[in-house]
Amino acid sequence: MEGLISLAVKAIFVENLALSFFLGMCTFIAVSKKISTAIGLGISVMIVQSITVPANNIILSYLLKPGALAWAGFPDIDLTFLGLISYIGVIAALVQILEMILDKYFPPLYNALGIFLPLITVNCAILGGSLFMVERDYNFSEATTYGIASGFGWALAIATMAGVREKLKYSDIPDGLQGLGITFITAGLMAMAFMCFSGVKL
Amino acid sequence: MSQTRKQLLTDPLVDNNPITLQVLGICSALAVTSSLNVAFVMSLAVIAVCGFSSLFISFLRHYIPNSIRIIVQMVIIASLVILVDQIIKAYAYEISKTLSVFVGLIITNCIVMGRAEAFAMKNKPFESFVDGVGNGLGYSLLLMSVGVIRELFGSGSLFGVMIFDPVSNGGWYVPNGLLLLPPSAFFIIGFIIWGVRTWKKSQVEAREYKIQTLKEH
Repeated sequence: MEGLISLAVKAIFVENLALSFFLGMCTFIAVSKKISTAIGLGISVMIVQSITVPANNIILSYLLKPGALAWAGFPDIDLTFLGLISYIGVIAALVQILEMILDKYFPPLYNALGIFLPLITVNCAILGGSLFMVERDYNFSEATTYGIASGFGWALAIATMAGVREKLKYSDIPDGLQGLGITFITAGLMAMAFMCFSGVKL
Repeated sequence: MSQTRKQLLTDPLVDNNPITLQVLGICSALAVTSSLNVAFVMSLAVIAVCGFSSLFISFLRHYIPNSIRIIVQMVIIASLVILVDQIIKAYAYEISKTLSVFVGLIITNCIVMGRAEAFAMKNKPFESFVDGVGNGLGYSLLLMSVGVIRELFGSGSLFGVMIFDPVSNGGWYVPNGLLLLPPSAFFIIGFIIWGVRTWKKSQVEAREYKIQTLKEH
């Protein structure tokens, strides 16, 4: 249990997907103009992330790993090279299913988050989370914790960024730096602030 | 015709750069630039994937049903990325360790997807290929310039060859450690955008609010 909490803290603060690995930057920069939309997107990323990482973990350990197909009578098969295509397939399919479920059973939530869901399929933070899970060899409970925590970290980062940018638009910025330029520099300063968390251990 | 092809290739370099203007594919641009070797391999990978995915998608453009086009594009791109990933693992294993997940993330790189969707679905194969390579080159140009700044001033070398002799080695140069850390990539890209937009005024974004002094009222 202690290990899991430490993993979660690490995934949220120290190894924040947005600010220390730069994942999901395209959406991070494009959708952080207003706090309300940023929070909506953040929550959707968190939901999708906490489903896809464990799902991909199951696929990895029962279908792809060397020897994983032993239950089907093929102990010598190694399908890890098919990893990338199956993870992205799982992500695209899950996002589609989630969209349909939300539309059918939770219409208010669908109206609030619906527009962001297609964006999430091509958000690198989602695929990145699954790839880090593979690279670091997490087991199922670690993968679940990591999925929830890293999604939360991303949501935290984009919500803070939106807060800064809402104030920033009133300030007097040089012409060339207007918009994209100053956003990058702000993100850099935030990344530096997040570096203060490195070394935090539980 | 050759004139427009040339334009397809050169336009994305500065005038319509995928990173500084279209804000696409920034994720990997920031993460892999702390050393030039890695940035170079990553650039080659993106140029190859971007060019060939545009080529194949353009070949198939009349056969792809509109409703499932995203997933078809995704499958083509993912297969190309797997190919590139296996090649890098086979011939440059050390670099593939440093790139870790970022080769896989070319799949979700918006540049590749964006070119497939915006150009290759509507144009002939050869033009699409040139357009894909052009956008890959625009991406590489930015990646390499950030890489040069970060490696030269952060560790005093280029492609691992010592240029400025660092103090730890008995030389004169005190390396700027900040440039090896992730946040510096944000600053450098921010400043590059500033530079490009001062040069090309047409790219400047409009202000949402105008600052007024009291006298104007």
